Amino acid sequence: MSILSYLIPISLGLGALGLVAFIYTVRSNQYDDPEGDSRRILTGEWDDHPKP
Amino acid sequence: MTAALPRPAPAAACPGCAAMPGGVADVAAPAPGDDAIALSLPTIHCQGCIAAVERGLAAHPGVRSARVNLTLKRARIETDPGVTAADLVTVLDGLGYEAHELDSGTLAATQIDAQGRALLLRLAVAGFAMMNVMLLSVSVWSGAGDATRDLFHWISAAIAFPAILYSAQPFFRSAWSALSVRRLNMDVPIVLAIGLALVTSLWETTLSGEHAYFDAALALTFFLLAGRYLDHRTRVAARSAASELAALEVPRASRLRDGTEEEVAIADLAVGDLLRVRPGGRMPVDGEIVEGRSELDRSLLTGETVPVAAEPGQRVSAGEVNLTGPLVIRASAVGRDSSLHRMADLVAVAESGRGNYTPLADAAARLYAPGVHILSALSFLGWLAWSGDLRVALNIAAAVLIITCPCALGLAVPAVTTAASGRLFRRGLLIKHETALERLADVDTVVFDKTGTLTMGMPEPLALDTLPRADLAVALALAEGSAHPLSRALASAARARGVSPAPVTDIAERPGYGTEGRLDGRPVRLGRAAWLGAEAGPETATWLAIGDAPALEIRFRDALRPGAADLVQALTAAGKQVLLISGDSDRAVAALADRLAIADRTAGALPADKAARIAALAAEGRKVLMVGDGLNDTAALASAHVSISPASALDAARVASDIVLLGNDLSPIADACETAGTATRRIRENFRIATAYNVIAVPLAVAGLATPLVAALAMSASSLTVSLNALRLR
Repeated sequence: MSILSYLIPISLGLGALGLVAFIYTVRSNQYDDPEGDSRRILTGEWDDHPKP
Repeated sequence: MTAALPRPAPAAACPGCAAMPGGVADVAAPAPGDDAIALSLPTIHCQGCIAAVERGLAAHPGVRSARVNLTLKRARIETDPGVTAADLVTVLDGLGYEAHELDSGTLAATQIDAQGRALLLRLAVAGFAMMNVMLLSVSVWSGAGDATRDLFHWISAAIAFPAILYSAQPFFRSAWSALSVRRLNMDVPIVLAIGLALVTSLWETTLSGEHAYFDAALALTFFLLAGRYLDHRTRVAARSAASELAALEVPRASRLRDGTEEEVAIADLAVGDLLRVRPGGRMPVDGEIVEGRSELDRSLLTGETVPVAAEPGQRVSAGEVNLTGPLVIRASAVGRDSSLHRMADLVAVAESGRGNYTPLADAAARLYAPGVHILSALSFLGWLAWSGDLRVALNIAAAVLIITCPCALGLAVPAVTTAASGRLFRRGLLIKHETALERLADVDTVVFDKTGTLTMGMPEPLALDTLPRADLAVALALAEGSAHPLSRALASAARARGVSPAPVTDIAERPGYGTEGRLDGRPVRLGRAAWLGAEAGPETATWLAIGDAPALEIRFRDALRPGAADLVQALTAAGKQVLLISGDSDRAVAALADRLAIADRTAGALPADKAARIAALAAEGRKVLMVGDGLNDTAALASAHVSISPASALDAARVASDIVLLGNDLSPIADACETAGTATRRIRENFRIATAYNVIAVPLAVAGLATPLVAALAMSASSLTVSLNALRLR
């Protein structure tokens, strides 16, 4: 059962990592326009050169 | 060498300021980014639209950046000072996209939605904690015993306590505010259940007991937060389009003093001041014309479509639009006394009458909360008397509260309204008020305003083809010399027929009368009947005189709004009574009512008449839907059971109404009535689902058979069923 002392912290750590990533995406306005963002990847406008 | 170069003069903070006459010295420079314009774009739907709109706007001089938000169907544009929303609307019109200005002052408050963000973070923390505690709980349920179980319970407690302290705060606050005014709301049983679950579980854990409800407490918080968040999203989308009544008032006016003109704030005007109003401007105050001739558009105040001639001595009201010539007016009532403000007071009075509608969710909560508490208290007392064991009794009381806790009930309404508002938003309707859909579902009578609602408020020339083409060419040439709405309508209709303007010279506009010019040495005139010596008919018309020949009449009628005929037909077919109440003349109202087959019509109605008629209908027990756009409709909009106004309506009307129609087409209203009916049915279905689940689960809990596993299964199952049922609406 000593494996638990590794696995439980690891599982909590991975969960916390996901939480931190989610908080980052919220704070950087990534949920303001879900529909528009999913459409924007279809435009070819910035394909050949990066957005200035 | 470098040092010898002439240094540039101290530059302005931004390029726009440098370009302004007078430079920065005498103007307070606005901070960059202050000049954000928000436009609503109801017709955009794909990546092509996004690219076209952004590229088109960026190409306009003075636009610093433009970003389209497809979810909100809105563009946010940062501009240099001097670029107005009207310019950008014209640019987008040219690209084929309908655009309406949104009040950026009101939007700024909701630009970064702090409350929504906080809810989302709480939701994330609750979800993270729930998943981890569930993992631990699964191993307990599948047979972990003794020391392992205790360890898992302790870890669960360590996760659950801080997570709930953080994420369940909205419920704690709401329950506290309800209790502090001695009222019960849905959040009181929620908080009690969460609290009791945590405390008994901790107690069980210290005694190394078998059952702990940490996962249930977290799941409860998670599902309820999800409902809260959905609710919030719908409301934010709606609130942003609403703006304030005050925005209607012209903030500045030009005052004439000792022969010089100065720009002053409306608030500084006094009775007796002389003001100049240019063509296209709105009257800032009530007053009397002292100088100048023009025509006034009063359609937003009274519903009259025909422009009224204005001459010295005539009274004008705030909000009227000056059409053709400059006017000088003497103010007779300013600020609070003006007719605009009296209208606003009428709205305030009518609005206070609306608060007595109880939404379905509150009605359910009022029945539900005491029932749950009584049931839980009874099972506590019963088990205490039966077994004499406080621990068992408390455990069972907690289980009853957790199982009955309104997870499904908390999701039932927001899930349905979110799905329904999303569906209506895609069709171009914005639900502003949280209970608007429920109220729309019981509507049995629909009252329409005429000008600007069923009609576009824009004239359309009739029988142009009977006019000789040569005459039409002359009319076109004269019409293009004026900005009068009739002239513009005539010009665009003639152009559409492929007519090119005749070579008329010396074109001049005579404010208040019409336009005149010369063609081959003969005078030609286009304008009012009296000016041309003709007999004025009862209908909206302009007259054309060429040389000495008798004047020809060109009649106009108000162009019908697209979808109006379909809408009236659909509403009648659905068994609703349709009424037309307008401030316009008898004849104009009758013509339109006949065209749309509306039997019940009233003409010449004053704003107070409209509101009174609606109050009378309500007194008969009818549920009235009012559709209107003008200032004369605002009181009626506010007093109706539910109200809709088009986006082209006056701010005052949009503020007073529950639903805003974003596009030009009226037909989505029929859809909205149908969707509202379905949505209310779904909400009731969801209540039944939640009840059915309680009927099965509660006896189990009272009998002491509800293990944490049963509670988790029942709770998730009911929440999922309710959400899936709501999704059927999309």
